[in-house]
Amino acid sequence: MATHPKTHALSIWDPHIVRRASIDALRKLHPRTMARNPVMFVVEIGSVLATWRLAQGILSGSGHVGFELQITGWLWLTVLFANFAEAMAEGRGKAQADTLRRARTETVANREGADGMLEQVPAPGLRKGDVVRVTAGEVIPVDGEIIEGVASVDESAITGESAPVIRESGGDRSAVTGGTRVLSDWIRVRITANPGETFLDRMISLVEGAARQKTPNEIALNILLAGLTIVFLIAVITLQPFAVYSGAPQSLFVLISLLVCLIPTTIGGLLSAIGIAGMDRLVQHNVLAMSGRAVEAAGDVHTLLLDKTGTITLGNRQASDFLPLPGVSQARLAEAALLASLPDETPEGRSIVSLARETYRAQGPRFAEGDMTFVPFTAQTRMSGVDLRLAAAVGHGGSTTTLVPSRAIRKGAADAIDRWVRAQEGQVPAQLAPIVERVARAGGTPLVVAEGAEPLGVIHLKDIVKSGMRERFAHLRAMGIKTVMITGDNPLTAAAIASEAGVDDFLAQATPEDKMTLIKREQAEGKLVAMTGDGTNDAPALAQADVGVAMNTGTQAAKEAGNMVDLDSNPTKLIEIVEIGKQLLITRGALTTFSIANDLAKYFAIIPAMFVVAFPHLQALNIMRLQTPESAILSAVIFNALIIIALVPLALRGVKYRPAGAAALLRRNLLVYGLGGILFPFLGIKAIDLIVAALGLA
Amino acid sequence: MTLNGWLQILFFLATVALVTRPLGAYMARVFNGEPTWLAPVVRPCERLVFRLTGVDEQHEMRWTEYAVSLLLFSIVSMLVLYAMQRLQAFLPWNPQHFPAVAPDLAFNTAASFTTNTNWQAYSGESTMSYFTQMAGLAYHNFVSAAVGLAVAIAFVRGIAARERGTIGNFWVDLVRGTLYILLPIAIVGALFLVSQGVVQNLRAYDTVHTVEGAVQTIAQGPVASQEAIKQFGTNGGGFFNANSAHPFENPTPLSNWFAMFAIFAIPSALTYTLGRMTGSQRHGWAVWAAMAFLFVAGVTTAYWAEARGNPLLTSAGADQTVSALSSGGNMEGKEVRFGIANTALFATVTTDASCGAVNGWHDSFTALGGLVPLANIQLSEVVFGGVGAGMYGVLVYIILAVFIAGLMVGRTPEYLGKKIQAFEVQMAMLTVLVFSLVILAFTAVSSVTTHGTAGIFNAGPHGLSELLYAYSSAAGNNGSAFGGLSANTLWFNTTLGLTMLIGRFFMLIPPLAIAGSLSRKKLVPESSGTFPVTTPLFSGLLVGVIVIVGALTFFPALSLGPVVEHFLMQSGQVF
Repeated sequence: MATHPKTHALSIWDPHIVRRASIDALRKLHPRTMARNPVMFVVEIGSVLATWRLAQGILSGSGHVGFELQITGWLWLTVLFANFAEAMAEGRGKAQADTLRRARTETVANREGADGMLEQVPAPGLRKGDVVRVTAGEVIPVDGEIIEGVASVDESAITGESAPVIRESGGDRSAVTGGTRVLSDWIRVRITANPGETFLDRMISLVEGAARQKTPNEIALNILLAGLTIVFLIAVITLQPFAVYSGAPQSLFVLISLLVCLIPTTIGGLLSAIGIAGMDRLVQHNVLAMSGRAVEAAGDVHTLLLDKTGTITLGNRQASDFLPLPGVSQARLAEAALLASLPDETPEGRSIVSLARETYRAQGPRFAEGDMTFVPFTAQTRMSGVDLRLAAAVGHGGSTTTLVPSRAIRKGAADAIDRWVRAQEGQVPAQLAPIVERVARAGGTPLVVAEGAEPLGVIHLKDIVKSGMRERFAHLRAMGIKTVMITGDNPLTAAAIASEAGVDDFLAQATPEDKMTLIKREQAEGKLVAMTGDGTNDAPALAQADVGVAMNTGTQAAKEAGNMVDLDSNPTKLIEIVEIGKQLLITRGALTTFSIANDLAKYFAIIPAMFVVAFPHLQALNIMRLQTPESAILSAVIFNALIIIALVPLALRGVKYRPAGAAALLRRNLLVYGLGGILFPFLGIKAIDLIVAALGLA
Repeated sequence: MTLNGWLQILFFLATVALVTRPLGAYMARVFNGEPTWLAPVVRPCERLVFRLTGVDEQHEMRWTEYAVSLLLFSIVSMLVLYAMQRLQAFLPWNPQHFPAVAPDLAFNTAASFTTNTNWQAYSGESTMSYFTQMAGLAYHNFVSAAVGLAVAIAFVRGIAARERGTIGNFWVDLVRGTLYILLPIAIVGALFLVSQGVVQNLRAYDTVHTVEGAVQTIAQGPVASQEAIKQFGTNGGGFFNANSAHPFENPTPLSNWFAMFAIFAIPSALTYTLGRMTGSQRHGWAVWAAMAFLFVAGVTTAYWAEARGNPLLTSAGADQTVSALSSGGNMEGKEVRFGIANTALFATVTTDASCGAVNGWHDSFTALGGLVPLANIQLSEVVFGGVGAGMYGVLVYIILAVFIAGLMVGRTPEYLGKKIQAFEVQMAMLTVLVFSLVILAFTAVSSVTTHGTAGIFNAGPHGLSELLYAYSSAAGNNGSAFGGLSANTLWFNTTLGLTMLIGRFFMLIPPLAIAGSLSRKKLVPESSGTFPVTTPLFSGLLVGVIVIVGALTFFPALSLGPVVEHFLMQSGQVF
């Protein structure tokens, strides 16, 4: 997961994207496109009216052409800047899509005919249900499921991960993606997607924004913005009769300027860019969301279900201690454990060997291969071990075992060893159970070691909690999110690991049904639940969860049940997904607040400017001391246009997000975007006014 | 401004704060259908009403049924009142033999009392018979307040409900609000007012000869019984034209305090009811704090502006300073009995709430002093507000505040566990929109047509304020008049009547729709990620949203009215 050769490094102002966005900004002036955004549509209509009146004025030689020309120009720029913001966001997506398209090379597939013969078919000719054969060096033509064979596959075109992955039939790793390359062996694949519906196609349309639908919060926000726009339309239209009554009728340019400054153009212009950029940020994290709705839901999540293994703990457990029974020396236990584990190639086995060698200096004897018989782990016996034929050669100095002609050493779960010992008519000492329980209570896995009919002690296998998880769970708690660890361990072990990792709750000895019940229970309490999963038996829970993130390595069923796919197959990513969801909502809220708060300063710029000629005493309201009425109005309009461009990076990057409780977030954001939104335009408009005056523009 | 004045203002606020909890808790019990200490007396009456009208107490209504019931009730009540005015010459208790009320005035008055506005384009003592006053107007004083109360409670129920979809039963809420709350409180209030010297009789008017030898008619009537509900129900319609400046309506300093206390009592207590019924008492107090803050801001401005007096009079040599024998400040249009502090306070209270009773003439306030009542109304009267109307009004603002700022905590905005989504925002914006539209559009038309300008008494910005105030007052269902406007014309009676109806029903149906929608929703459990609605920060946010939404909408109009008038006065020009 270290390297993503994709678009991470795209700077905000990448010249290629800027160039393309500038052209798109013009193209988006089409009224049909504009009408989707009521706020900016009103600005466009205002610009058209102003242009028409300007033309009239120029033709008739009347009016105040210099001022009117500048106002009209800045009105158009306001619309263009908003279009540009949206085009920039889309452009970044398009740049990613282009990279992806390169992966969608046209290939020829070997399709199995009805008679089992292979025929050559171009990839777009494949349909769902077809079976193709792919051998080493070939590209998998379309998404599918392996029905036979095992192969290593290079998925770097999709995930950016260069290390090959194993894909095999059966199991939870049977899905393959079109555009990836088989590196070794051969597989038979049943096609699961028609042309145009593949993963890659979906990914391309997602990042391009083509498939983008407005999310629920975005719709609600649009209603608020449209409502505010109408309110200001009423306020400005009725202002003219009041002005006429007061003997100070206003020109169309001034009224349109006031309107455009008051309606929430800042957020109106950036809203869709924020949404597109949010999806884009997910894609940069190598997560594909099937809908914007899912991203928003991620921000709302109350409960995260996290699998213990691989998410909270490192995938493998490690031996941390040897706990002998009374009367057994630690060295003897270590030696037995070492012998039993020498042939064990699992990470657990290797960790036992290294612990025994390093800590207890137990020296394994140098037997010839024939001297040892390895007894591998099976699901039935649930233990593994070794049988030695030359017992006398063991040089540990012990007293009892030298009398035994051969040695049989076993390690395994307590109940399995128990059964084994009893089968040889041995006794299990009463002291064993407390040791086993102590290990389990500490979150470890107890492995009991026995030699012949004599139990020797317990190996403490410890789950290693990934570093930094505790802090992340604390952050989540501060955000009001509960974390639940899902594990197949017994409750004692689970409780210990849960407390070490700092999760809020755990579900021990969990079956897929338990998981489902937990999700439904949380949802019945009104909570939103997020989880990750990869297996086919995770699919129902993934579908039930509000945010279900399927691992890309998982089965097709899991991928279809979830509403997001993590291409890196990193379950910890769920936490980042939640943060991205929250950041998206915060960015919208912050810019809305900022936009509305801006209006105060604009009133103080424009209202006195409108009426100061009829009522010179209104100069007292000109608290920014703007130079002339024209310069005041022009400065407000320029500020209103420039702030859109100035905030494009913020909209694309999202506001800075620090995990914290709602109260702290609200306090900080209200201070920055609310209070800041009130004060900043006073400075901005004043500064522009100084420049306008210095350049003699008004 | 004097220490004495401030102490009176603080005393008033303290008494309002004190009544909030007991009355609020009592109302919560009443509307939850729990037993109360009045039940032994009231419950039989209530049961009788339900039996006679065939109302099923257990029937729960969706918001649509609730709204339709409410509308039907209001329409029928309004038609009855219209007919009563038109036929008063043939009805009893008309010792002065007043003729039928003119059609446009009768429409205006019927709309006015049905909508809890009590805008009076007439003088009560020279237009309305005792029968019309008692059976027509007083009836509406009770039921229009009860309707407002019902909507507020229905809204609160919608917030508190868990996936129910229903918001209570309109008829039950109407009857309970009237029988358990308004009637008892009005009876006690009336007795108190009688003790202060408010008249209560059905006599013909007295004719007396003054010491100067002139003949004076002294109007009489069942004033005390009307007066109590006029304040408690935030109705505000005076028995006499002089309203609460009249010595028979408001004879003593104590009755003056009582009038203001009565205006704020129920609206203030409703914040406690909100907290109680939603299970978040601290939220109720946070809302109360926001309201109290806006109240103090208003009264401070008004008191300061009035106590400061008129600089032109000062420069003309008039003494406007406070002394043992003079209240100082701008005394034009004020009762000497009440003085600056109590008139500024009364004007603030009556416009914070949608009452509209007055004990002084807002038209004669200084420009900034007069701006306070006008702005209060334009904030749509949510500073405690009208009975019920203030609560559902502020809930709409809360929804907007929670939605705008709620996104900033990174969650779909939630209010007390209910998600605020497109429908709620739509309905909330609808009320904001209709309110500003109806005020600004009618004022705009009136300001440039002779229908409107003919009624204006003062020229210039002050005339614009008169128009703006009239339509604001009508839309906000306040009913107080700025004064100076001759409003008993066909144009004003009709447009103001329409404004009142729109301002009432378009402001009351969307909240019901929100309540219905919230009622259906799941309750999202609280966590540290939940938007906080119990903190001072929330109160501050609410104040900000109320002020900004109000200010942004009306600032341009106000700048050509009171604001410019203020600056002109500073330079010696008055209107």
